[in-house]
Amino acid sequence: MWYYEKKLQYPVKVTECNPRLAKYLIEQYGGADGELSAALRYLNQRYSIPDKVIGLLTDIGTEEFAHLEMIATMIYKLTKDATPEQMKAAGLGAHYANHDNALFYHNAAGSPWTATYIQAKGDPIADLYEDIAAEEKARATYQWIINMSDDPCLNDSLKFLREREVVHSQRFREAVEILKFEKDRKQFF
Amino acid sequence: MYTPIKCYQPYHGPFDPCPPRGTVCYQTPPNLYLGFQPPNLQQFPIQEALYKGTLWPVLYDPYPTPLEKGAKR
Repeated sequence: MWYYEKKLQYPVKVTECNPRLAKYLIEQYGGADGELSAALRYLNQRYSIPDKVIGLLTDIGTEEFAHLEMIATMIYKLTKDATPEQMKAAGLGAHYANHDNALFYHNAAGSPWTATYIQAKGDPIADLYEDIAAEEKARATYQWIINMSDDPCLNDSLKFLREREVVHSQRFREAVEILKFEKDRKQFF
Repeated sequence: MYTPIKCYQPYHGPFDPCPPRGTVCYQTPPNLYLGFQPPNLQQFPIQEALYKGTLWPVLYDPYPTPLEKGAKR
């Protein structure tokens, strides 16, 4: 069960009217390594992972929904007042034809989100390694978007999200350490 | 010493159509090196932590990498 707090995890401020950025940001919304994939991946894997790391997957999966909400806010703010001409000029003509200015779960190239983006192999190490890879890929995606964006306020929120990916990756790596720990083995340093 | 960025010079052939990019860099964030986080590490003040996205200076990885941390731009 969840409680909803009616505020964003980190403020989202957009200064420039630049719908083109929305086209790139949608990758983190409905893309393979986006926040939706992350949330659904972790919240599903947690049922068949050893007890010691279930809570970690619940916590991180929940936070990913908070990130999804931030990305949605960014995309919404960047496109809500865009005219059809501006959408077209921003490369969002196909999006407009299909969705008007509504948000939709697809990637930057327009492919709709699919469950094939995520996996639950049932093997704890395989699943956690996938999660680590997902965090690093999301971190890289944020880097590429920051590199293309010159909106300092938007970048501020993106840098926060990127840092969270670093922390999540760290926690998943620690989860692997917990699961592979051998208690009778001598520790050498 | 730990650096959050690594760079290399990719091979550029005499018949490559585009001008060389010169040095190419990639990020190596601190989570690659920390291992299991030891207890009692230094913490940011709470307001600063909320702003930076982490409570732990050891995990804080500003991007783009600041010049003093080895960025080449």
